[in-house]
Amino acid sequence: MTMLQDRPTNTKLISKVPDGALVDKWDNFKANAKLVNPSNKRKFKVIVVGTGLAGASAAASLAELGYRVDAFTFHDSPRRAHSIAAQGGINAAKNYQGDGDSVSRLFTDTIKGGDFRSREGNVYRLAQVSVNIIDQMVAQGVPFARDYGGLLDNRSFGGAQVSRTFYARGQTGQQLLLGAYQQLSRQIGLGGVRLFNRCELVDIVVIDGRAAGIVTRDLLTGELASHAAHAVVLATGGYGNAYYLSTNAMNCNVTAAWRAHQRGAYFANPCYTQIHPTCIPQADATQSKLTLMSESLRNDGRVWVPKNFDENRAAHEIPEQDRDYFLERLYPAYGNLAPRDISSRAAKRLVDKGLGVGPLKNGVYLDFAEAIGRLGRPVVEERYGNLFEMYERIAGENPYDQPMRIYPATHYTMGGLWVDYELQTTIPGLYAAGEANFSDHGTNRLGASALMQGLADGYFVLPYTISNGLAPLLNKTVPGTDHPEFKRVETEAKVRFQGYLNVRGTRSPDYFHRELGKLIWDYCGMERDRNGLERALTEIPALYSEFKKDLRVTGTGEGINQTLEKAGRVDDFFQLGTLMCKDALTREESAGGHFRVEYQTEEGEAVRDDENFCHVAAWEWTGDENNATRHEEQLSFETVQLATRSYK
Amino acid sequence: MTHLVSNLTLKVWRQNGPADKGKFETHVIESITDEASFLEMLDVLNERLIGENKEAIVFDHDCREGICGTCSLMINGQAHGPQRGSTTCQLHMRSFKDDDTIVIEPWRANAFPIIKDLMVDRAAFDRIVESGGFITSPTGGAPDANLIPVPKPVADAAMDAAACIGCGACVAACPNSAANLFVGAKLTHLNLLPQGQAERYKRAEAMVDTMDEHFGSCTNHGECSAACPKEISLDVIALMNKDYRSAKFKNRKQLSRK
Ligand SMILES: Cc1cc2nc3c(=O)[nH]c(=O)nc-3n(C[C@H](O)[C@H](O)[C@H](O)COP(=O)(O)OP(=O)(O)OC[C@H]3O[C@@H](n4cnc5c(N)ncnc54)[C@H](O)[C@@H]3O)c2cc1C
Ligand code: FES
Repeated sequence: MTMLQDRPTNTKLISKVPDGALVDKWDNFKANAKLVNPSNKRKFKVIVVGTGLAGASAAASLAELGYRVDAFTFHDSPRRAHSIAAQGGINAAKNYQGDGDSVSRLFTDTIKGGDFRSREGNVYRLAQVSVNIIDQMVAQGVPFARDYGGLLDNRSFGGAQVSRTFYARGQTGQQLLLGAYQQLSRQIGLGGVRLFNRCELVDIVVIDGRAAGIVTRDLLTGELASHAAHAVVLATGGYGNAYYLSTNAMNCNVTAAWRAHQRGAYFANPCYTQIHPTCIPQADATQSKLTLMSESLRNDGRVWVPKNFDENRAAHEIPEQDRDYFLERLYPAYGNLAPRDISSRAAKRLVDKGLGVGPLKNGVYLDFAEAIGRLGRPVVEERYGNLFEMYERIAGENPYDQPMRIYPATHYTMGGLWVDYELQTTIPGLYAAGEANFSDHGTNRLGASALMQGLADGYFVLPYTISNGLAPLLNKTVPGTDHPEFKRVETEAKVRFQGYLNVRGTRSPDYFHRELGKLIWDYCGMERDRNGLERALTEIPALYSEFKKDLRVTGTGEGINQTLEKAGRVDDFFQLGTLMCKDALTREESAGGHFRVEYQTEEGEAVRDDENFCHVAAWEWTGDENNATRHEEQLSFETVQLATRSYK
Repeated sequence: MTHLVSNLTLKVWRQNGPADKGKFETHVIESITDEASFLEMLDVLNERLIGENKEAIVFDHDCREGICGTCSLMINGQAHGPQRGSTTCQLHMRSFKDDDTIVIEPWRANAFPIIKDLMVDRAAFDRIVESGGFITSPTGGAPDANLIPVPKPVADAAMDAAACIGCGACVAACPNSAANLFVGAKLTHLNLLPQGQAERYKRAEAMVDTMDEHFGSCTNHGECSAACPKEISLDVIALMNKDYRSAKFKNRKQLSRK
């Protein structure tokens, strides 16, 4: 629906990873980066879209440095961003437990966990700055869990054999986000940041090949407005809601990233989506979202299914010999802490076989009886109390007395806007941070690493790389909102929103979202194959044309209209869904969260094809969502040897 | 197993913008599974309204798991409904029975103007945090995280207070529309921690003064804590009052020295 103009052409995928030994790259970058002198910083305006962990930390840090920052969120307050819901924890290579952790071990775990599909340089930097994040957050008053000596406590998470995860009960994301939000609020109070809340980015304006600003829609009035800046940061989160049912908050959407894509930013690895093994199974058809039970539960909970197909005893009546602790059986070295993709598929296979538990036979057990026996109920309560309560509220069952029922659900998206080492997209001046970019997790993110990456990007990477990008612009004029291109993009947005109102069909945006989500889940979910993906690529466009003909949005474009907001978001999910399936179809290998049934060992493990697919796929918009152009960024592994992942 | 709840009469507040007078609108839900959440029941109703070419009911929500603090409904006169210690989004239809009448209203408080239908503006909370609800610690300058041990009981008490989700149920439940529980929770979180000591009294003074500009005053009803989805204790208000008094005293002393 968007016109194709001012799209930079022939953009090359240059990763800009600095030269030098892996351990020196980031220091080399910082040593050579251009700086903006303190008194000149206020001459620059930076727009930060999104005030989750990545956006709030970036906006606050940039304002502290002296840049003028405009921050945008569609939420009523920055404190509501989806980051708030993260439960389990945040990784950092502090080695406070003295159990053999180090920056290089966190680096290796992340590369290996991502199944060798991420950039070594970026990942090493992430591991390096991880330690600064914990210092920063503690200084800000984040009440992390502590031991009786008053020092910080850690737990372990899937895909790691050390305890490097910092946590604040089951509310780590909440406490980190409140920390970043408070730091941002301080800057708002001081006038360093102007906050635009309940204000949604609806397009990006590119002038002469450079990001010049954004167009927003005020969700309370429906008014469209233009904002110009020297640089634009998108920290707008992931696109897991393409599946309709996911653990993401209801309003998470892909619009910002998708608009950037349509204006020339390449979209990388859209098919890399993460299915989280421990969510509460769907209960009925009215279900609007799925709830995650933190992975940290797998530290003490044991995952099992009954061995017998016709099992109908209650869980605690099933004797040990009739239980299959399948993760412990299949992956003895990691057991219940096997990585997410592997654990999810193992559960799916057993449920598909008919060994599922619960009224709809759509789950597996996560059992704490052994932990309660070993540690006592108070310790278990201390560690997981609020998660148990949450479970009971939703499922109506008490996990102290009977095992939880869990099943995999869409949780996180590793794919996103392609960025170079400086987190700059293929549109100069446009940066992407946090879950919105594709950077550090390859085909599978390790637990507790998203919070780490979001805060690394916002606190410790962007402030350096943005200065490097802004310095050459000193005393040059950049286009203002009076430039005709802003008006043109505003008009396009206006036409688009009026378009949704004008269809006057019979089906709500939610109806289409649900149907689309089912297609993407069935064909591009936990397992994919050529046939299914090819079907998806005819069924999604067919549903999309129905959307364009039969959508119904009631109300008007003025004033708040949540149905209209939803229509715009679903429109973008349709185009993204098509690209996800195309990406999955063209990646003819299995790696991490991308599991193509055609490429597996006899034991059902993923088979990578390093010869042909050791690259990032970055898609260029061509004006037709069915015909994007695929580009490749080759990945090379100099430090970690390419090897088959094994958690056995 | 799943059961159905039938014949629910909903009286929903509809108000077309801040200036509109607003009124209750009645809808009947013939039946809904008791596994559905309260907000999923409203989703179903909204689908029906769109089907009838009517405007959907506007309400705030996002995480639907009780942590973002966005959802905000007065249900039968109770903030977040009948279930103690939980948010509207965590309320399930198993809490209701056949033939119930359910009255659904927005938060009502002068500091939270109604935007439309069930959606209100809680920006006054953000203004309070901006005035002092933080520890000044610019990016990059922090010492090693384990440099200052924090006794576990202190860390735990700070965490209890920090659990506040900023939903505003405390204000909605208070007969005076006071925000003392919200402000007390933030002050207790930051003022208990060693990292928060440098700005302790300044913080107390700034936040309480900003609070007073927007909200009513506390007369110790305790409705706030009873309505709080995170069951934040009234103790936080006592600590706030103590720090605020000390702040005023300290500042007076500083003034007299000049
Ligand atoms: C239930 C759950 C539990 C999790 N637990 C963990 C965990 O324990 N550890 C871990 O490391 N990770 C965890 N994750 C993942 C992690 O929480 C997220 O990846 C991370 O918080 C994303 O942060 P972000 O800043 O990139 O984006 P978000 O927090 O999603 O913020 C996005 C921001 O962008 C704004 N925005 C988006 N689009 C627009 C637009 N068009 N216009 C204006 N504003 C816009 C939103 O308002 C919001 O402010 C969890 C995720 C889920 C779903
Ligand atoms: S929707 Fe997040 S707390 Fe209810």
